[in-house]
Amino acid sequence: MNKVPTPPTPPPPPALHADALTVTRGARTVLDHLTFTVPKGRVTGLLGPSGCGKSTLMRAVVGTQARPTGTLTVLGHPAGHPALRSRIGYVTQAPSVYDDLTVRQNLDYFAAILLADRPTADRRADTTRVLAEVDLTPHADALAGTLSGGQRNRVSLAVALLGTPELLVLDEPTVGLDPVLRRDLWHLFHDLAARGTTLLVSSHVMDEAERCHRLLLLRDGRLLADDTPAALRARTGTDTVEAAFLRLTDEGRAPARTQETLR
Amino acid sequence: MTTTHPATPTATTRPAFSPTRTLATAARVLRQLRHDPRTIALMLLVPCAMLLLLRYVFDSDRAFDTIGASLLGIFPLITMFLVTSIATLRERASGTLERLLALPLGKADLIAGYALAFGAVAVLQSTLATALAVWPLGLDVAGSPWLLLLVALLDALLGTALGLFVSAFAASEFQAVQFMPAVIFPQLLLCGLFTPRSAMHPVLEAVSDVLPLSYAVDGMNQVVHHTDPTSAFLRDALIVGGCAALVLALGAATLRRRTP
Ligand SMILES: Nc1ncnc2c1ncn2[C@@H]1O[C@H](COP(=O)(O)OP(=O)(O)OP(=O)(O)O)[C@@H](O)[C@H]1O
Ligand SMILES: [Mg+2]
Repeated sequence: MNKVPTPPTPPPPPALHADALTVTRGARTVLDHLTFTVPKGRVTGLLGPSGCGKSTLMRAVVGTQARPTGTLTVLGHPAGHPALRSRIGYVTQAPSVYDDLTVRQNLDYFAAILLADRPTADRRADTTRVLAEVDLTPHADALAGTLSGGQRNRVSLAVALLGTPELLVLDEPTVGLDPVLRRDLWHLFHDLAARGTTLLVSSHVMDEAERCHRLLLLRDGRLLADDTPAALRARTGTDTVEAAFLRLTDEGRAPARTQETLR
Repeated sequence: MTTTHPATPTATTRPAFSPTRTLATAARVLRQLRHDPRTIALMLLVPCAMLLLLRYVFDSDRAFDTIGASLLGIFPLITMFLVTSIATLRERASGTLERLLALPLGKADLIAGYALAFGAVAVLQSTLATALAVWPLGLDVAGSPWLLLLVALLDALLGTALGLFVSAFAASEFQAVQFMPAVIFPQLLLCGLFTPRSAMHPVLEAVSDVLPLSYAVDGMNQVVHHTDPTSAFLRDALIVGGCAALVLALGAATLRRRTP
C-alpha cells in the first residue's frame, strides 16, 4: 500500500478532465454523464466489474471511441486531437502486436512511427530501454507469436512506453501475470509517476486498487466514487477497497433498480 | 469535443504523408512476409508453374501467346488481392490498426507502405513469370518486356487496393477469401481471356468495359502484338493505374480511427 503524498500547491492543471462525458454504443448508454478529474503525475486506477465501461472510457481518452458527447480534455486538448497522438501511450486490453515479427522488430517499427524525427541511435536506445523496463530483454529476438500470454502483454506495454509519453492509458496491463511480475510492473508504474508521467490503469483486481494514488469506481457506466483509497475506506467504514466497492455497489443498487423500472 | 458535437479533429497539425513512416511500414510488411517463407515461395512459384502448365496444355504457340500474356496480367492482381485482404484483416482484428491510428501515422503512410511492399513483391513475381514466359516458353512479344512488367505492377497495385477495400467488409479470414471469387471471377470471365470482348453480348461487353481487369489484359495484348507502345496501351495503363488510385482512396476511407 502506498502513502499518498500531499499534492504541491498550487495544483498543476489536471491531465484529464471529463464533464458529463457520455458514450452511446448501439442502443446502450455505456458511459453516463461522467464527471471527474485525473491529476498529473499520479497513478489513477479505473475499477469496476466486467462490462461497466472501462475500456470504452479508455478509448474515449485516447480518441479512438466514436461519438463521445460532453467534454473531455486531455493534456489541455480535446480528446482525439492529433497533437495528442505522440503524447499518449495506450495499451489495448488484448495485446496488439505483430505475431509474425520478433519483439525487437515490433518495437523498432512502432518506434519508427512514433519517433520518426529522431536519429536511429536514439530510437535504438529507446527500444533497449523499454525492453529492460518490461523485463523482456532475454526474449528480444523471439517471435511475438511464440511468447506466452503474459509476455505478449508486456510487449504491448513496452510499445506504449516508447518515447516516454506524458500520459499512459493501460487497459488491464497485469492480467495473466504472476505476483512477482505484477509487483515489478507496479513498481515501474510508480517510478514513472514519480518522474511525472500520468497513469490511468484499469483493473478488476482489487488488491491492485490499493496501489493507486486515486481511484475511479465505475459501475454500469456510472461513477460510484472518485477518491483516494484511504478516503474511500474511511468514507465507507471498511478495511479494504474491495469491501468499500461492495458497500458502494450495494448502496447504489437500489436506486439504480428503481430508475431502470421507471424507464 | 465540447458540447454534444462529437469532435472530428482535422489532421492539420502533422504532415499527411511522411516518407520515414511510409518506408518503415513497407519494411515492416516485408519483414512479416520474410517470417513466412512458404507464402513467399507460393507467391513466386505458382504463377511460373501455371505458365508452364499452360504452355503444354495449349500445344499451339498462337494460343499461348494470347492466354500467356493475359495471365501475366492476372496473376499479380489475384495474388496481391489475397495477400492484402488477409494482411489488413489481421491488422484490423489484432488491434494493431487501432494502435497505429492512435499514433502519429497518417492513413496515407499506412496505405503507401502496403502498396510499396506488395508492389516490390509483385515486381519480383512478374519478373520471374515474364522471364520464364518469354525465354524458355517462347512467348512471342513484339513490344518491350518492360512494358509487360509495368502493366503487371499496375495490376498488383489494383489487387492491393481491392484487397484493402474489401477487408473492411470481411469479418473473418473465411469471408475475405470468399470475396476473391466475388470480386475477381467476374472480371476474369469478362476480361477477354475466354472470349474476345468484342464477341460478347452487348450487355456483357458494356459491363466488361467498366471492369479494370479488362484494360489490364488489353494492355498486355497490346504489348504482345505491337512493337511500340500504342495509344491504346497508354490508355489501358492509365485506366488501370487510375482505378488502383481510386480504390486505394476508397480503402483509406475504410480505415477508421474510431471504434463504434
Ligand atoms: N458495439 C457495441 N454495441 C453496443 N454495446 C457495446 C458494443 N461494444 C461494447 N458494448 C457494451 O459496452 C459495455 C462496456 O464495454 P467495455 O468493453 O467498455 O467494458 P469493460 O469495463 O472494459 O469490461 P471488461 O472488464 O470485461 O473488459 C458492455 O456492456 C458492452 O456490452
Ligand atoms: Mg475492458
